[in-house]
Amino acid sequence: MYKILSKRMLTPVTKLFEVEAPLVAQKAQPGQFVIVRIRPEGERIPLTVADFSPERGAVTIIVQEVGKTTQMMGRLKEGDCILDFLGPLGRPAEIRGSGSVVCVGGGFGVAPIFPIARALYRRGVSVTSIIGARTRELVILEEEVKAVSHRLFVTTDDGSYARRGLVTDVLQELIEAKDPIDEVIAIGPMVMMRAVAETTRPYGIKTFVSMDPIMVDGTGMCGACRVEVGGKTRFACVDGPIFDAHQVDFALAQKRGKMYAAEQQRAMAEPGPCGGAGGSPCH
Amino acid sequence: MPLKPKRVVMPTQEPRERIKNFNEVALGFTEEMAKEEASRCLKCKDAACQQGCPVEVKIRDFIGLVAAGDFAGAIALIKETNSLPAICGRVCPQEEQCEKYCLMGRKHEPVAIGRLERFVADWELRHGVKLPACAPPRGRKVAVVGSGPAGLTCAGDLARLGYSVTVFEALHAPGGVLIYGIPEFRLPKAVVMAEVDNIRRLGVEVVTNVAVGRTVTIEDLMKLGYEAVFLGTGAGLPKFMGIPGENLCGVYSANEFLTRTNLMKAYLFPQYDTPIKCGRRVAVVGGGNVAMDSVRCALRLGAEEGHIVYRRSEQEMPARAEELAHAKHEGVIFDLLSNPVRVLGTDDGWVRGLECLRMELGEEDSSGRRRPVPIKGSEFVIEVDTVIMALGTTPNPLLARTTPGLNITDWGGLIVDAETGQTSRPGIFAGGDAVTGSATVILAMGAGKKAAAGIHRYLEGK
Ligand SMILES: Cc1cc2nc3c(=O)[nH]c(=O)nc-3n(C[C@H](O)[C@H](O)[C@H](O)COP(=O)(O)OP(=O)(O)OC[C@H]3O[C@@H](n4cnc5c(N)ncnc54)[C@H](O)[C@@H]3O)c2cc1C
Ligand code: FES
Repeated sequence: MYKILSKRMLTPVTKLFEVEAPLVAQKAQPGQFVIVRIRPEGERIPLTVADFSPERGAVTIIVQEVGKTTQMMGRLKEGDCILDFLGPLGRPAEIRGSGSVVCVGGGFGVAPIFPIARALYRRGVSVTSIIGARTRELVILEEEVKAVSHRLFVTTDDGSYARRGLVTDVLQELIEAKDPIDEVIAIGPMVMMRAVAETTRPYGIKTFVSMDPIMVDGTGMCGACRVEVGGKTRFACVDGPIFDAHQVDFALAQKRGKMYAAEQQRAMAEPGPCGGAGGSPCH
Repeated sequence: MPLKPKRVVMPTQEPRERIKNFNEVALGFTEEMAKEEASRCLKCKDAACQQGCPVEVKIRDFIGLVAAGDFAGAIALIKETNSLPAICGRVCPQEEQCEKYCLMGRKHEPVAIGRLERFVADWELRHGVKLPACAPPRGRKVAVVGSGPAGLTCAGDLARLGYSVTVFEALHAPGGVLIYGIPEFRLPKAVVMAEVDNIRRLGVEVVTNVAVGRTVTIEDLMKLGYEAVFLGTGAGLPKFMGIPGENLCGVYSANEFLTRTNLMKAYLFPQYDTPIKCGRRVAVVGGGNVAMDSVRCALRLGAEEGHIVYRRSEQEMPARAEELAHAKHEGVIFDLLSNPVRVLGTDDGWVRGLECLRMELGEEDSSGRRRPVPIKGSEFVIEVDTVIMALGTTPNPLLARTTPGLNITDWGGLIVDAETGQTSRPGIFAGGDAVTGSATVILAMGAGKKAAAGIHRYLEGK
């Protein structure tokens, strides 16, 4: 059992949890993820590590309520427990020690971008961050990201906050303005990551994305997380989740990501357990 | 006593009924049936059956006790060398082991040794398991990585020797393949759980959600005071064929299909949260137990047609005879001497068929089996909407990658000393599928036992 130390509402559908998991906190590095299960009947879902504190033995995860499990999770409260919490999994992001990097975060993809930007910033890399969301209330972690970036651009699709447009609009401008960019790392919805890949491809700028396929075990045992990179099948949970954006087959990933869309609908329509589902008291 | 050529029939669920549920297929002997079956044993002097058992269970004598109605005595005897009899009685390939050597089997049906083993083990589970005595605590710690049959057996034996043992398991539930792979209808999870509980009652601590190599490293464990480590991490990495279309939606590895079904209970969706996509027509590629389990799960998940696609003939199939027979009774279609070359997909990325080539058997290969050779121009399509690859597995590279100095074979198996189970690093031992590649429960268990003895010797000499 893993106790929720604190909870913060980032948007009405995005919740931040700080979870007591000392072993995971000791080892976690930017770019890695955990597998979580919240009740005995529950499914195993991957969540990116958004922050970690070995001193406090705490790992921060951010949950976007998109399906049954994440909705149930959203109802958990401080002091509740998470049944299973396995990690840290996946290969850490490679953090370079010099030059300049553009960190792009879309929607709740800003959460996993944050520790990467921070690690780069601390190592003296010039960090430009571009974070975007559909609308004002979905912009998350702006202050946190700002504190670890030399420059920050914020966009909203509808123009309700900061600049109207897409994260790729800003990226395109930076590239056209001959801004020195050694590397781009983008995390967010698949369409956004794909758009970033297409933006940088003509310029040959090294670009990384973090794939979030459907997973089961997260340790390389099942192959649910298959992605094609450079024409080769890779298991995102052990070979990734971060891959060269210009090699990733996004079309395939998008199709595979929707494999259980119908089941997801059915599960959400089901009168599931209500209230603090999974919020078992801690021992 | 007159010779009884035929085995006592073990009751099973009717095929038409059982393919609608996940309950156990084979229902086990009653006491009367067990005594009757045991009375068929010829009590041979040399007890050839025992040579066929990888852990040398005293078969003749335990069967004698069953015939006499002394079930408690029988199980005690089995447990001297086999710590997981309720499991082995259900899943060992007896026809390749003990029963192959049974003298009765030369002319008639061999004694149903496996079923008798299962009977007495179940009898004990019902009547309360007597725990073996443990040596006084030595105050020395040993870590076991992986909670499959190899890890559990090693942990149990070390606990009996007085060591303080912690088992670390990556998944949320202990049991290894027994819990995530082998289906409920063949090995009820309650049986596995009972065995795990017995190991716990010996004082073994089982910690789940720890992926050694990620959550902690072996070096960390040593720093935490564990004086020896046993790696029973299995062979969990699924193989794919490398043919076009293998990443279409609806193509599963057997590991994923079985894990969703058994560990995550997808057959109870939406009461359980894990979904599974099992189509109306399902093709399973492979001919082993894993393939049989997959196709039989598919039928129970509602598939109208379940195919086994295998590139050799029935004779070469490595599956247990009983599973093959059960699969046939359940209406599985066998597409033998067929080798997939391509998975065909729809425009939106879903499986619509499996293109295969017909094969014929050629010369014998190094394994002594006749090698299948493709027949030119014999392509044909099996129309299916789900494809499951059950082609075997190799050891997961995670541990070897994160532990310096562990020697492995070119296919990733850990290299150990045959006598002690010690790896290339002193104090680190290994056994089971992690060493042999996918094998059997009984061999994994035997390796766990051997390594426990090896660890004991190592620590005594330290
Ligand atoms: C579907 C299926 C059906 C089978 N049917 C039969 C049968 O009928 N009869 C038979 O004899 N055999 C059968 N087998 C084979 C048999 O199950 C295996 O040979 C046996 O389970 C191997 O035992 P093990 O302890 O070596 O490994 P496993 O049972 O594979 O257990 C390994 C455990 O280690 C854990 N692990 C791995 N890496 C780590 C890590 N880094 N940190 C922590 N934990 C880790 C895994 O999660 C797993 O729980 C079958 C196998 C499958 C898949
Ligand atoms: S999630 Fe199972 S192999 Fe990656």
